[in-house]
Amino acid sequence: MESEHVKESIALIEAESRKETIRFITCGSVDDGKSTLIGRLLFESKNIFDDQLTSLESDSRHYGTQGERIDLALLVDGLQAEREQGITIDVAYRFFATDRRRYIVADTPGHEQYTRNMATGASTADLAVILVDARKGVLVQTRRHSRIAAMMGIRQIVLAVNKMDLVGFDEQVFTDIEAEFRKFAEGFAFHAIQAIPLSGLEGDNVLFNSNHTPWYSGPSLMEHLERVDVREAAGRSAFRMPLQWINRPNLDFRGYCGRIAEGVIRPGDTLRILPSGVQTRVKSIIRGFGEVDHACEGQSVTLTLMDEVDASRGDVVAAADNPPQSADQFEARLLWMAEHAMTPGRHYLMKHACREVTVTITKIKYREDVNTGAHLAADTLGLNEIGTVNLSTSAPIVFEPYGVNRLLGGFILIDKLSFETVGAGMINFALRRAENIHWQALEVNKAARSAIKHQKPRCIWFTGLSGSGKSAIANILEKQLYTEGRHTCLLDGDNVRHGLNRDLGFTEADRVENIRRIAEVAKLMVDAGLIVLVSFISPFQSDRAMARSLFDEGEFVEVFVDTPLAECEKRDVKGLYAKARRGELKNFTGIDSPYETPLKPEIHLSGTMASPEEEAGLIVSLLSV
Amino acid sequence: MASFSLEDESIEIIREAVATARNPVMLYSIGKDSSVMLHLARKAFYPATPPFPLMHVDTGWKFRSMYTHRDRMAAESGMKLLVYKNPEGEAAGINPFVHGSNYHTDVMKTQALKQALDFYDFDVIFGGARRDEEKSRAKERIFSFRSPGHRWEPKAQRPELWSLYNTSIHVGETIRVFPISNWTELDIWQYIRDENISIVPLYLAAERPVVQRGGQWIMVDDERFPFEAGEEPAMKRVRFRTLGCWPLSAAIESDAETLEAVIAETLHATCSERQGRLIDSDVPGSMEKKKQEGYF
Repeated sequence: MESEHVKESIALIEAESRKETIRFITCGSVDDGKSTLIGRLLFESKNIFDDQLTSLESDSRHYGTQGERIDLALLVDGLQAEREQGITIDVAYRFFATDRRRYIVADTPGHEQYTRNMATGASTADLAVILVDARKGVLVQTRRHSRIAAMMGIRQIVLAVNKMDLVGFDEQVFTDIEAEFRKFAEGFAFHAIQAIPLSGLEGDNVLFNSNHTPWYSGPSLMEHLERVDVREAAGRSAFRMPLQWINRPNLDFRGYCGRIAEGVIRPGDTLRILPSGVQTRVKSIIRGFGEVDHACEGQSVTLTLMDEVDASRGDVVAAADNPPQSADQFEARLLWMAEHAMTPGRHYLMKHACREVTVTITKIKYREDVNTGAHLAADTLGLNEIGTVNLSTSAPIVFEPYGVNRLLGGFILIDKLSFETVGAGMINFALRRAENIHWQALEVNKAARSAIKHQKPRCIWFTGLSGSGKSAIANILEKQLYTEGRHTCLLDGDNVRHGLNRDLGFTEADRVENIRRIAEVAKLMVDAGLIVLVSFISPFQSDRAMARSLFDEGEFVEVFVDTPLAECEKRDVKGLYAKARRGELKNFTGIDSPYETPLKPEIHLSGTMASPEEEAGLIVSLLSV
Repeated sequence: MASFSLEDESIEIIREAVATARNPVMLYSIGKDSSVMLHLARKAFYPATPPFPLMHVDTGWKFRSMYTHRDRMAAESGMKLLVYKNPEGEAAGINPFVHGSNYHTDVMKTQALKQALDFYDFDVIFGGARRDEEKSRAKERIFSFRSPGHRWEPKAQRPELWSLYNTSIHVGETIRVFPISNWTELDIWQYIRDENISIVPLYLAAERPVVQRGGQWIMVDDERFPFEAGEEPAMKRVRFRTLGCWPLSAAIESDAETLEAVIAETLHATCSERQGRLIDSDVPGSMEKKKQEGYF
């Protein structure tokens, strides 16, 4: 009897530890019912204890907003001030489990004033449940929270159209809100948006599908949470670990401690310590009280190294053949979280990975309109505003763009006097020195050189998948421009690799360098007054942004040749897709390496709707060159 | 394994706090959460001994087997153990049976803790609180800032993004760090089982002398129990879900003599673990109030 009981317990324990953990947030505007919805989830999934229910009943009489009924929001609004005012001030973390998964849910506040607390919850979430009151539709705060969720890298969205009971479960109301939201979210890199009509108060479509919405055939909220796939598509995996602590109990032992930010490591692997660049090899990996033969992303470890190297907290150890960059000037997206506005020129502390440096915002490029995302000119960034800025650090830091690695791309800003956390930032890319060094003014300058050619110099940058027809269009465009008497030059990816860039391979670092050189050459040619046509897959947003940042306003024209992958693969002019599919070609864009679609190209070509001649003609007319 | 990613997160938190602290300390309350936290700290710095002391704020009313366990664990870890008792409280003979749970807790725990932190001048203090324990704890940051006087301002917490903890403070300010914030009661038990962590035997069921007070079973742990006329302890099979001062920790009737059985009970529990804590619910919002005043 006893042993049966124990066996059953062990089975339960083991089932429990195999469960996957999902972190999600609820967000949206004030009074959209976030806390009530979580309360309902906890309540209905039997994750509330009896004694908590008893105190909930007495709390509901004290503070409840639901008359005689129990007020489920009070399960989550744990602060006295929240209960008194019936609002959520700070993020609450709640835990619940089903037979399949474990959930950590962060209930975030809806008030604009507490946006920083919403960002706190969003920064570690896999999924966001964005609530909308069916009676009110998409509000400013809905848009703000969606924008922050997207900015933080949340890719899975549930649009919970709540309080459907108050609009008589009207299908039209639901479809209108869904359509409006989808249109608004078009520019965001969300992978999936699941819209669900529900009532947190009454429980419709929370755990089970409701009889009140026969017109809705999708999953209930819980069904969706149970089956949604939040794993990130496997991207690059190169070893990176910021050093957190150097462990020196005695003269014979020196351990390098940290949590692995990316990749896998094994004893014997060659590492580079950055920013110094010193190379060494891994002697052993300690995890807990013993040695292991490998360790991977997310694990906290202690490394011992073959050589006595100089490395300290804040340095990054990385795969020697594929190290990250270091730089001291960046473009970043910034959420400002303090009452006093951010002013360029002021010094702040920046905490990034395990390093603290002094930083100055050198320029606000623009502020984003919270509703439309439009770029607005700005001298300062106020509380809860999002902007794109240039910043300069007092010492180089080892980084990755936030889109490539969140742990090496995210940072916080700390006020130097009050020590408050005032900003949260995400690095887009490093600024090249060229943009920041003042060149000696020359008498024969770009304006003079272009004037003599009677043209406006430009860099026309073609991006798209291999086989999309970039080069074909660029070739025809150059011919057309030539016949009109324009001075041009065409830089083709393949050709440049035979000359200027023949020393570069296809590692991540080499690909970045490849693009950097092309962009630099294009810039020199634009300075010479030429119209430069660059035809280059350039799959990464950050690289294209880096190229763009080299040019003056209006000089850089991004042309996105948007031929679908299936069509490119069908064409397969160079037979590369077939090779990549056979696994003979690694890191091939579109197959096992991502192509990041341009968000706002100046010119967007379908690649299939018209002939290359027509497409080239279209560019000529759009540019009016 | 779910508990392993929690372990990695906790170790990262402990190392980060120590790397940025001037004078850190770990509050050690001898309970299961403290046991897990101590184990994590030892892993974080292995093969070194964790570079900070343990501190036990002693009320003088802990179960006898807790004191035994405390001294054994301190010796085993090789860490320095600081024991602090509020000297005025001790001189006044504060007694939960006589002075009530509120006053006892305030003088012997909250005031004592503040005195100890000031006395030793600690700036970073590890605590074993978990967010699933209580609704005001669910709101607290992992690195929780305290103004001079050890006050918590729940309405003005620092934003805490990713795993980037703002550890900058002025003189007189302190940070309480909660490495096991994201663990649940079940995670704690699973980890204790997986890692074979030694715990106070009171967590497992055994025949113990108990008396019923206010609908709860109170164990008679020493001769200070104030029996009423004719009252006698009954022997019952009981265990504890949480441990504190013995007059303030209610036992539950249970046959769970093994960790597996305890975990099975936890999986099927219908009451929260804090139900056995007599100090949480004496006034509305009482945990938040105690926390604001400096209680852990």
